[in-house]
Amino acid sequence: MDDFLLRALLGGVGVALVAGPLGSFVVWRRMAYFGDTLAHAALLGVALGFLLNININLGVVVVCVVLALALVALQQQRRFATDTLLGILSHSTLAIGLVALAFLEGVRVDLMSYLFGDILAMMPADLYWIYGGGALALTLLMAIWRPLLSLTVHEELARVEGVPVVAIRLIYMVLIALVIAVAMKVIGVLLITSLLIIPAATARYFAHTPEQMALLAALIGAVAVAAGLWGSLQWDLPAGPAVVVAAAILFFAGPYWGARRC
Amino acid sequence: MSTAPLVARQPLLSAEAIGVDFDGRTVLDGVSLQLYRGDIVTLIGPNGAGKSTLVRVLLGLLPAQRGRVWQAPGCRIGYVPQRLQIDPILPLTVARFLTLGIAAPQRRLQALLDEVGAGQLLMATVSTLSGGELQRVLLARALLREPDLLFLDEPVQGVDVTGQSELYALIGDLRQRYHCAILMVSHDLHLVMAATDEVICLNHTVCCSGHPERVLIDPAYRRLFPLAPAGLALYTHHHDGLCDSCHLREPIGDN
Repeated sequence: MDDFLLRALLGGVGVALVAGPLGSFVVWRRMAYFGDTLAHAALLGVALGFLLNININLGVVVVCVVLALALVALQQQRRFATDTLLGILSHSTLAIGLVALAFLEGVRVDLMSYLFGDILAMMPADLYWIYGGGALALTLLMAIWRPLLSLTVHEELARVEGVPVVAIRLIYMVLIALVIAVAMKVIGVLLITSLLIIPAATARYFAHTPEQMALLAALIGAVAVAAGLWGSLQWDLPAGPAVVVAAAILFFAGPYWGARRC
Repeated sequence: MSTAPLVARQPLLSAEAIGVDFDGRTVLDGVSLQLYRGDIVTLIGPNGAGKSTLVRVLLGLLPAQRGRVWQAPGCRIGYVPQRLQIDPILPLTVARFLTLGIAAPQRRLQALLDEVGAGQLLMATVSTLSGGELQRVLLARALLREPDLLFLDEPVQGVDVTGQSELYALIGDLRQRYHCAILMVSHDLHLVMAATDEVICLNHTVCCSGHPERVLIDPAYRRLFPLAPAGLALYTHHHDGLCDSCHLREPIGDN
């Protein structure tokens, strides 16, 4: 197997293993559009990176984290539902990003490479980021697992029972913003948002506990990555979209397979 | 009975002159109440009277703009929220749901579910439970903490009439067994009469309060619930015609 393909497989599987458990909470908390919102905000990060002459990746990470914090703050008031807030933040950050880019005369930004990174162009350094950062993210998620699950089920009940609701939610949002921001650069926004949501939804057909769902989501994501890359090699398909298609096929096949097992 | 605290009996929770405004609209004003161990106090009032808001203030979920809430130190609280909707995409068994707050061995969970009449549900998926089953499971989760104070917000919502009286009988039993104070919210006095010691009739302020049978014939109660069946038509209420908000006795806490 070629080196670049092996790296793509290792990197993609690494991201899938992290995305499964994190993505389970994304679907449980009905935040499926958070990833897309962050992707739009990333454009603003790129623009700020150029304008302020700082590292572009740093710009993206900072803007994503700020957006996550803003969302937590806005969720404190109860007038607007989360999906409304996500819509507002998503489009306004995209627009601000476009406005900011207009100030950059003579700078041509290849947005595509920032937003739709290429899994086949994975570097060895990217692998360190994925596995190091991923292990850290999963450790943190495990540490807040129970209180996060509790507040996902009923926030006020969790508060009465002594869960530091705002702190836990804050940690989770920043965690997921960081994972998306880093993964976006390496494997592309389409791939990371898909790996968060589709395998988690597929896992629901087979899981009986939240933990089973998180583990199965990680495995299903890894299978989708392998299958997608295989298809890409076999039929010369674009690698990222092929992985997403593989994940979608697993999702639509899930109920039939699940039904047969029963 | 409205236990007039002649003897120095420490309340578990005491609220004094609570006031809450939402967008300049007064939701609660000058509401005082005290909860004593072993008592069941029922909060009744029409929709939008501020019942759930008061419960949220007492639980510390919502800050009161006026007044203050005092809680006995070390007082453990159990809470049964009005609504709990679990998305079917979250696979959660009842056993797991019960232990989200604190860990407990399976045997204890089974005993608790048996106690609230939901013994067969330990391994059921929460999102598939009926309204009555869910209320019993929520009650079990609150009891797992061995509460000193139990808050029940509309505990019989979505339960049929037979189930309702069963649940109220159960709540009466729990008070004996756990020797806790219970505050529950209801919008039907007749159903809770048998199970309650004191009724507080709330419509932004305390309209009247006291023993359920006396509240039932209070003009303030009749004004709030004009269509409620006059269960005790034989009684004529002695009313001087001057007092508009008719306090059967002074609201607790004002003494």
